[in-house]
Parts: sequence; C-alpha cells; structure tokens
Amino acid sequence: MALIEIRIHGRGGQGAVTSSQVLAIAAFHSGKQSQAFPNFGVERTGAPVESYVRIDDKPINLRQHVYDPDYVIVLDSSLIDAVDVTNGLQPNGVVIVNTDKRTEQLRKLSGFKVHSINITKIALDVIGKPFVNIAALGAFCKLSGLVSLEALDKAIDELFSARGKVAVAELNKNAANAVFEATE
Amino acid sequence: MSRKVIESSDAVALAVKLCRAQVCPMYPITPSTHIPEKISEYVANGELEAEMIDVESEHSAASAVIGAAATGSRTFTATSSQGLALMFEILPITSGMRLPTVMAVANRALSAPINIWNDHSDSVSARDQGWIQLYAESSQESLDSIIQAYKISENKNVLLPAMVCFDGYSLTHVFEPVDVPSQKEVDAFLPGFKPLHRLDPKKPLTMGPIGFPNSFMFFKQQQQEAMLDSIDVIKKTNAEFKKAFGRSYGDGLLDLYQIDDAEYAVIGMGTLCGTARVAIDKLRQQGKKVGLIKVRCLRPFPEKELQNAIKDLQAAAVIDKHISLGQEGPLFTDIRSAVYCNDISINSYIAGLGGRDITVKHFEKVFADLEAGKQKGEWLF
Repeated sequence: MALIEIRIHGRGGQGAVTSSQVLAIAAFHSGKQSQAFPNFGVERTGAPVESYVRIDDKPINLRQHVYDPDYVIVLDSSLIDAVDVTNGLQPNGVVIVNTDKRTEQLRKLSGFKVHSINITKIALDVIGKPFVNIAALGAFCKLSGLVSLEALDKAIDELFSARGKVAVAELNKNAANAVFEATE
Repeated sequence: MSRKVIESSDAVALAVKLCRAQVCPMYPITPSTHIPEKISEYVANGELEAEMIDVESEHSAASAVIGAAATGSRTFTATSSQGLALMFEILPITSGMRLPTVMAVANRALSAPINIWNDHSDSVSARDQGWIQLYAESSQESLDSIIQAYKISENKNVLLPAMVCFDGYSLTHVFEPVDVPSQKEVDAFLPGFKPLHRLDPKKPLTMGPIGFPNSFMFFKQQQQEAMLDSIDVIKKTNAEFKKAFGRSYGDGLLDLYQIDDAEYAVIGMGTLCGTARVAIDKLRQQGKKVGLIKVRCLRPFPEKELQNAIKDLQAAAVIDKHISLGQEGPLFTDIRSAVYCNDISINSYIAGLGGRDITVKHFEKVFADLEAGKQKGEWLF
C-alpha cells in the first residue's frame, strides 16, 4: 500500500488528539506502520483542533504536517462552516462526518465522497454521553479496510488501560463497533 | 524487547527508567512536560526507584542535578526553551565539575515573540557550555540516545554531561512504533554508575573550588581534551549499542543517507532529516544523485568525519533551525569551517523557526538550487 494520510477535525475537548493516537495504535496492531501527531495551537475548549495520522506498510520518515489527506474525519459538523475541512483532500478522498443531516444537505462537501453518520446519537445510545472521538474510528475501519475492528478494540484497551480508564474502554469499544455496523 | 506505539516523550521517560536514574529534579515546561509526568508516574507506582525532586525553577533543577551527581547518583532532568535558558548559569558548572548526567531537551524556540513550537535555538545557543549534544530524528533514536548518552557521559575518559535533543511537537507529541528494550538488556549494556570521585562524609573532598588564573586554563584545556576524546567513545558506544540492540545511527556522529554516489547533499539535525529522506527517495527516482548528512552529534563536532562525508560532493546545503543573529546559521558556520580546504560550494538555509513546517517541497527547492549552481542560500518560508 501507499502512504495513507488522515486528518481529524474536532473541537477542543472532543478528543481528536486521543482519537488519532488510538488509530495509530490500531493500525500498528493491523500490521502497519503508523504515526499520529496533533497540530498544536493555543488549545481552548470548543476551538477548532486538528490531529493527524499516517499509515503505511513501510517505516514512516515523513515529519511534515498533513496537507493532502486521503481521509478526513469531522467530529463536529458545525466545523464545516468554521474551517475548510476538505482543504487539500485528495480527489478520490473520503470525508466521514458526524452529523444528523443527510449527505445531500452538506452542500459545502459536494464533489467529495461523503459519509454522514449520526455518531453523536450512537454515542448517546451506547455510552450515554456524546463521546464521539473513538466511536468515529469504527467508520474509518469499515470504509478504509486498513484497520480491523479487532485491532481497534485492542488499541482502545491499550490506550485507556494505560490511563486507568478500563470502564471507558468498554463503552468506547461498543460505540465504535456500533458505528462500524451503521457505516455503509 | 517489546514493540509498541507510544509517544516520543514516553519513549524518553522509559529510557530514563531503563537506565535506572536515581535522582530526577524536574521543572516541567512545554513541550518537555510529558517526560516529568511519566517519570513521576514511574516513581509513584514503584517502577523506578528514584528521588523525583519537585523544584521551583529550572535553575534549581540543574543545580540539584549537580548536587546529586556529585554524590555519585545517576541523574536526569528535562527542559525546553526558556527553561534551558534559565539553566544557562549552571550548564558550564556541570561540565566544568566534570559531572556525568543526561538531560533531555525538547527543542523549542526562544521567545520573543512568545512561541511554544519547535526550532533549535535553545540547545544550539548552549553549545559552547561543555555538554555533549546529540540530536534525535525519531522516537526510537530519542530512546536509544538516552541510553547511549549515559554510557558516553559516564565513561572515565569523558566525564562530561550530555544533552539529548529531540524536536518539540515534531517528536515530543508524536505516537509511532518504538522497540522498547528489556530491563535485562539495558542492565547488561549500562551497568550502575561508579564515579571515580564522589562527595562522601567519610572521605571528605572539595568539588568545584576556585580556579585561580594560574590554574583555570588547565581545567578548560582538560575539558577540551575530554570533549575531543569523547568522539571515539561516542563511536564505540554506538557500535556496542548495535551489537546489543541491533540498531545504530551512522557512526554515532554523522548518519549518512544515499551519500556514496551523491553529487548534492543537505546537512541538518533532528526531524527535518526524516522529511529530507523522503525528498531524496523521490528525487532519486528521477535519477538525481542526492543525499543527506545528518549531524547527530553537534558537540563534540565531528570535523574529520564531516570532511570525509562531503569529499565527493559538488555542493551541499546546510539547513539551520536557528540563527546566530548578526552572523548566520551556527551549523553552517561549523560546517564551512570544517570544509574550508575542500573544493565544495556550501549554501546556508534558515528554516523551521518557531515551528514553521519544513516540507518535502523545501528540500526539492534546495536541491534544485544546488543543481542550478546557486551560490547562496536563503530563508525558507
């Protein structure tokens, strides 16, 4: 495989950075090389945040920011009006949006392969809280085929148990699995 | 050994744990903060038997390192930017007292304007203070360099403090796969610290006394000799590391990539070298004979190795992530001085100040400049 680059858009506090870290660990458990890093600005709750992931078969030497992503994950659809989420997106690139709207209603994203999924609803149903950052990765696993659900589960366990949050891991795994199933 | 995806700062903290550091005075500053966080975790849960001293400033952190190292402890601290600047007064005292220690510098720009992002202005500004300086390109190299640095620093022909510099954010906050050696492997490579002299109430001695004009220069001469002697120790340690762990970084001083038949090369330090490798792979596919000289060790400066590395090149470009204001890029100054007698054109580029991204496109432009015979570098924006 060629190098795959992913850009995750979120709002400060939503966990976009954690999401990228879990995805990098999951890709590694799927036998890939990976790299995750945040675009650090002056972090404030609610402000737009970006985090990046690279996945490849070969060791990753590249250290520049991600400019031309293959996948964009938007954790909060209100960001579509605040930042240019498709900036640099590859022509056949994929956008995963957490939204209660239908894809046709997201006019700013027309021309791209857009997958609208109501991840907040699934998170509320499964976790009881609108924690969408890890759940959204279920959609990436389904659409990319690069990372298995088993590897994602393993990565969620690994990161959250290291942070002493085993119960949160279980809920996030369930939510990610539910998003995987809901993704078409 | 286990291989896992961890943060680079975590890799550094793990290395410190594996090296069994005994005293860690720390004053956290972004982007080095995750290192003291992790180490305090290891100390709190009993994984590392060390004294973690919560000091009130970086000046105190560096001072406490001196006190602990003088009693014969293996010591560690970490800092960045203005934190290193506040330590400046203590840096030459550590090296002048010939105290082995290792400090991780998570490289960050010096203010003003206030900037938390990466460049090399902090550690490169401290290059003349008698510390060995290694610059890492990856999380793996950061971890491995900490282990190597203790072995180099504590060698009885060296006895000098060492900085392991790794780029803020471009490494400190990056998650990537890292081979973490086992405790047994590290113990075999790096035995406990046995100082030649140490503060001991049973055998009193004075450390750091006054050096009058009739003796001071002799001390400095010995420090310079130890620095130059450390060149062989760094090479030897890197070779021994390869035997023990299967990894090495060039000859320990310079890491060369695609240099054998290269006509043009870029020269730099730290993470920019990874991106340079990608640019070189791309240009090689177009038939361009280009390569990379990664300066892993800035002090001592590997002059002979550098002369050898550039001898068949037509031209080279030095990429500095720092500028000696009123002069030029400091790495460029060192390199031009080293190759003064060689018939080669060297250009100076300033890049990546205050976190400005250095990209593959930048390297393509630099190589195009060299190929076009351009005699002068510029600031890369």
